[in-house]
Amino acid sequence: MVIIYEIFMENLSAFMAAMVVTLKLTVVSLVLAMFIGLLIAFFKISGNRLLYSIAQLYITVIRGTPLIVQLMFLYFGIIELVILPAFWAGSLALAIHAGAYIAEIFRGTIQSIDRGQMEAARSLGMSYPLAMRRIIMPQAFKRAIPPLGNQFIIGLKDSSLVAYLGVPEIYGTALYVQAENFNPFQTYLVAGFYYLVLVIIFTFLVNKLENKLNVEENEVKYK
Amino acid sequence: MIKIKGLNKSFGGLHVLKDVSISVGKRKVVVLIGASGSGKSTLLRCINFLEIKDSGDVILMGKQVDPQKDDLNKIRQNVGMVFQHFNLFPHKTVLENVVEAPIYVKGISRQDAKETAIMLLEKVGLSDKACVYPAQLSGGQKQRVAIARALAMNPQIMLFDEPTSALDPELVGEVLQVMKDLARDGMTMVVVTHEMGFAREVADRVVYMDEGRIVEEGVPQEIFHAPQHVRTHAFLSQVLA
Repeated sequence: MVIIYEIFMENLSAFMAAMVVTLKLTVVSLVLAMFIGLLIAFFKISGNRLLYSIAQLYITVIRGTPLIVQLMFLYFGIIELVILPAFWAGSLALAIHAGAYIAEIFRGTIQSIDRGQMEAARSLGMSYPLAMRRIIMPQAFKRAIPPLGNQFIIGLKDSSLVAYLGVPEIYGTALYVQAENFNPFQTYLVAGFYYLVLVIIFTFLVNKLENKLNVEENEVKYK
Repeated sequence: MIKIKGLNKSFGGLHVLKDVSISVGKRKVVVLIGASGSGKSTLLRCINFLEIKDSGDVILMGKQVDPQKDDLNKIRQNVGMVFQHFNLFPHKTVLENVVEAPIYVKGISRQDAKETAIMLLEKVGLSDKACVYPAQLSGGQKQRVAIARALAMNPQIMLFDEPTSALDPELVGEVLQVMKDLARDGMTMVVVTHEMGFAREVADRVVYMDEGRIVEEGVPQEIFHAPQHVRTHAFLSQVLA
């Protein structure tokens, strides 16, 4: 117990800095992943066979291979072409990875919106893109929040693999610290603690957002 | 206003509309009746191109519509539709539901759209519900909002696809009343319904469909009291029993 406390205190600033790096990795990669996911989801529901095939291939390859392989493949692949800092290479790989899962989340929620919504919108003279933007997507986004929250938590923890590119995030820091203090058990416990704290905070925020959106539609709205 | 000639429509191997021809004059109310699966709803949906015909002509307001070439979004602006399951936008308030299309499709200013919307909501008796979400309305109220939403585009034609079929019996009257008012104001309407009382009272013509064909049509008096066809007779004696 004492050793855990000491390791915690001694490496407080290093882990705090690492936590910021983990957060940055997570936020950057997930924002990118949302764009990728949305694009791929639209490819899948477009009805265009070429776009559908591209999306299907992407999802199959990404879901069918381990993240660590994708990470290494992309990092050493990219280095051949352009010099990209490890942080950005890592973010990009995480984004491409999570994008495949997020694409399926969006596709599922878009398709779960009652057909009548699109029909009503079209019957009012709305074009397909306008109906998507104004009527379908706002409802689909709301439905996507719980599975997206889940995916974000997975993304946060997946970011630990970027340590192998030499990015000093939480797990990378733990690797370094335990090599110096020869206390791997206690050091990894501390690292786990930081992840847990981040996930708990994140879960809380997602739940709050969900509740806020649910409450809204049961209230009278004054304008 | 509406002229349909030799319309055919199939879903896969199912031939839903067989050589259907019908015409609806300006300010007329035509009621389509028939058993479920007879093609009434499909016919209605072919009029605003939610379903695209396989063959035949659809002529709206004197213009033959070619779904390949013509801008269907423009055409649909003139053809309002009310659905069995209301299909209100659940993430928008009643007022927002009504102003949505005028603002984003017609480009009317928010202020003008709002004024029109409030007037329409008054017309359907729901101006006090402008700021609530659809989830808080009864079925009858939802359908009245849906009618106001369709009217907000100032359509020339209104289509009703079983507008009262999903309602509790005690809520049917309020929706039919709004539709009667609309008919009295001179709206051209095509109504698919099982409300024979409404058909008798409001329709200029009643059309009986069976298995994708128009079996018989005429003024309500003829159809209800002296049906010419055995099938019309059988259908009516079932629903009126």
